[in-house]
Amino acid sequence: MKQILKRLLEFTLFILILSIVSFTFMKLAPGDPVRSILSVDDVSISEAQIEELRSELGLDKPVVIQYLHWLYSFIQFDLGHSYMTKQPVVHELLEKLPATLQLTIASLVIMMMISVPLGILSAIYKDSWIDHVSRMFALGGSAIPSFWLGLLLVQIFSVKLGLLPSMGKGSFLHLLLPSITLGIAMAAVYVRLIRASLIESLGEDFIRSAKSRGYSRRKIFFQLAFRHALAPVINVLGVTIGSLLGGTVIIEVIFSYPGLGKLVIDSILRRDYPVIQGYILSMGIIVVIVNLLVDSTHRYLDPKIRIKGGE
Amino acid sequence: MGKMKTIVARMPIMILVIVLLSISLFLFIAPIVAPYDPLKVEMGSRLLPISSEHWLGTDHLGRDILSRLLVGAQVTVGSTFLILFLSIAIGLPFGLISGYVGGWVDRVLMRIVDAILAFPDYIVAIVLTGLLGPGLSNLVISVIIVKWVKYTRLVRGTVLSEKYADYIAMAKVNGLNPFQILTKHIIPHVMGNVLVLATLDIGKTILLIASLSYIGLGNQPPNPEWGSMLNEGKQFFYNEPQLMFIPGIAIVIVVLFFNLFGDKLRDYYDVKNKQGGY
Repeated sequence: MKQILKRLLEFTLFILILSIVSFTFMKLAPGDPVRSILSVDDVSISEAQIEELRSELGLDKPVVIQYLHWLYSFIQFDLGHSYMTKQPVVHELLEKLPATLQLTIASLVIMMMISVPLGILSAIYKDSWIDHVSRMFALGGSAIPSFWLGLLLVQIFSVKLGLLPSMGKGSFLHLLLPSITLGIAMAAVYVRLIRASLIESLGEDFIRSAKSRGYSRRKIFFQLAFRHALAPVINVLGVTIGSLLGGTVIIEVIFSYPGLGKLVIDSILRRDYPVIQGYILSMGIIVVIVNLLVDSTHRYLDPKIRIKGGE
Repeated sequence: MGKMKTIVARMPIMILVIVLLSISLFLFIAPIVAPYDPLKVEMGSRLLPISSEHWLGTDHLGRDILSRLLVGAQVTVGSTFLILFLSIAIGLPFGLISGYVGGWVDRVLMRIVDAILAFPDYIVAIVLTGLLGPGLSNLVISVIIVKWVKYTRLVRGTVLSEKYADYIAMAKVNGLNPFQILTKHIIPHVMGNVLVLATLDIGKTILLIASLSYIGLGNQPPNPEWGSMLNEGKQFFYNEPQLMFIPGIAIVIVVLFFNLFGDKLRDYYDVKNKQGGY
């Protein structure tokens, strides 16, 4: 209970700091939001109009008041309206979030479909040809720019073979190319990680004692070694989900996939600050939640931490 | 014998320095070696194939691809070196102070570091570049803001593990002031780790710069940069695939080289640490 309270406090503090940081960034950003709202249609704007909108948006008050005002609406899940679409930012973000989550989960699934079998095989048959193949894959996968790989895949599967759609969203097929692109890049890291972790846990004392008690190879491998090897992998998974969310930005732009990443790049290019701010906040919240989840899974998998109750 | 041992022990660093120096020299002379002006538009010679005049052909505006690749290397690889150099220049002193001084200075610094590290590299770089305005110099600034914290973290950790060692106590007894202890004893100790991390970071940073330039947040056309060359080439992918292949392969080769090199360097230090060499 105390643990949970402490976590909640940390969480609140983090969100508060995050809100200050993102608010400050918006204030420091170049370009006048009032002008960018008014200059949409290329009509000439008068100073009176600018002043009017400025006071309407509360931009003529001191910064601290502006922040408190903004924080008050933030607590009520009101992040203002997009300058471009005039829609509430929260609405825009929630509309795009499912697409990005789908892409993230699909990439994780593909990453595991590649890295778990390859990692296990290269740990069991260490220094065999399959181990060398996995090493080559890991080296290549981490050196290929994901946007380039994405373009190559589009070229092969959409343009040449005409098998898969290259852009947009909608069906399972639309998800395939972007998530394969992201999955391959991540799998490159995980193949080596899973292999190293498995080889290490296969050398542990408890594996030797299980062998001496006559457990079957299969049982030793999948019930003991694999579970033990999973803890460090899951630990890294937290970091990966974060960088995966970053990676989705690039991939979403390439595949014109309508998710959060495409939204933020469009907003950056159009100087739509409320949306960018909303994006920073939502990413922060997602990252914190993922870390909490990873932390508790890690606790569950590693009895040493569970018994001691942390630290 | 003793002297020989030091030279051997410092081999990887020496090789690293030589490699980095020769690459820097290459980047420096690249515009001179380039056979054509990388910006010169010549509509008469658009999309030429590979030939003896244009070794890698020309792009959609008739610009020589080899020249653009060479000058683009200066942008992509050169700005990566600049980013890492400045990140170390900022991260190292903060890490030293944080680790050596400790107390509230350490706590405040580490809170800042943790806050930046909590966010994924790409997201911070994208959002910061977006706010500062798209452009190469703003991209460089944003990536430095992302990167320096890693070096601060690493240096702080190393300082903490060395701070109470006997030889530091000895140095204190001998009357060295903290500045001398840091520069003479701790920095030489930290630099190995820092260089390994930096070498492993080169590949990642190149990919980051190329990716952000590709989506239009970094280098702006018509300046050549590998990521933006790929962006310009993608519309001709079907008929002129070399426009897509050449810059992409250049990125893969350079990143692969630095990744392999970084791995070797790390293995070397790991082996030494395990044998209790340090």
